[in-house]
Amino acid sequence: MTGDAAEFRSAALRKLVELFPDRVLHAHEQHGDATAVVPREDVLEVLQVLREDVDLDFDMLTDECGVDRDGHPERHERFEVVCHLYSTRRSHRLRVRIPVPESDPVIDSLTAIWKSANWFEREIWDMYGIRFRNHPDLRRLLLYDQFEGYPLRKDYPMTKRQPLVGPKN
Amino acid sequence: MGLEQALEGSVVLSRLDRAVGWARKYSIFVYPFVTACCGMEYMSVASSHYDLDRFGAALPRFSPRQSDMLLVVGTISHKQAPILKRIYEQMCLPKWVVAFGACASVGGPYDNYATVQGIDTIIPVDMYIPGCPPRPETVLDAIMKLQDKIQHEKHTPLGQRIEE
Repeated sequence: MTGDAAEFRSAALRKLVELFPDRVLHAHEQHGDATAVVPREDVLEVLQVLREDVDLDFDMLTDECGVDRDGHPERHERFEVVCHLYSTRRSHRLRVRIPVPESDPVIDSLTAIWKSANWFEREIWDMYGIRFRNHPDLRRLLLYDQFEGYPLRKDYPMTKRQPLVGPKN
Repeated sequence: MGLEQALEGSVVLSRLDRAVGWARKYSIFVYPFVTACCGMEYMSVASSHYDLDRFGAALPRFSPRQSDMLLVVGTISHKQAPILKRIYEQMCLPKWVVAFGACASVGGPYDNYATVQGIDTIIPVDMYIPGCPPRPETVLDAIMKLQDKIQHEKHTPLGQRIEE
């Protein structure tokens, strides 16, 4: 935890830390944006509360994306799934980061909480190879079936090409 | 000229190549394969302000079998490449291909896992139009250069194009 939770300017972040003092691994604010890091074991429970609590009321998942923090000095795990939440009624935002280990890149799907997670998670699966437990339809979203590897991982060679027709590399 | 005068102007003599080339260059049927932002520029060229119709290339055909110029407008991803190749193969001879803009020509700014680095890795290209996106004037210039190329192509007595 960075700083005193009571000093956060974001009421939502204060409330989240108050509700889950043990589950929020880290929380901070920068330039008015609030961020909380939540372990993947508690994702469904914490995010369900974020959606349903009357003060938090995050009814919209504006974005869910993957991050490969390979080589980053301040990482929790190699991968992260980052959720950007917005409350249309209270007009506040929160970013939730969920570390995902390289050895077992699996995380619970958020589709049960926000339907918009469906395609975001398919894209993350496509680009980073992070699987989502209980996703209703975890197919590739953007790439073609023959594509091997995960192109947005840092260890995917920048010059590697996998054309379906035409010259290879 | 002597023969034409003898027949009192009722016939015009020309070389077959020249006649076929002249007919073809003013009746280009375009298949716009539009995938990206260059498409806006194509619309600008095709509509009344720049008016591609002045060059006899006004009628976009959305069937490859009815067209003879494949205008590849925008970024081509590897996922899309087989579709483009198939469209090209479905077109009847004679046919010409124009790479419209930087992406279709060389991949543009996208040197990554997803993007074809120029459609000439998949299909033969007759004319490249630079720009991101190209100015309409550049497109018109390319059309005129293509017409010039069509005019000077060699044909068999039955009108088939001889590839050089």
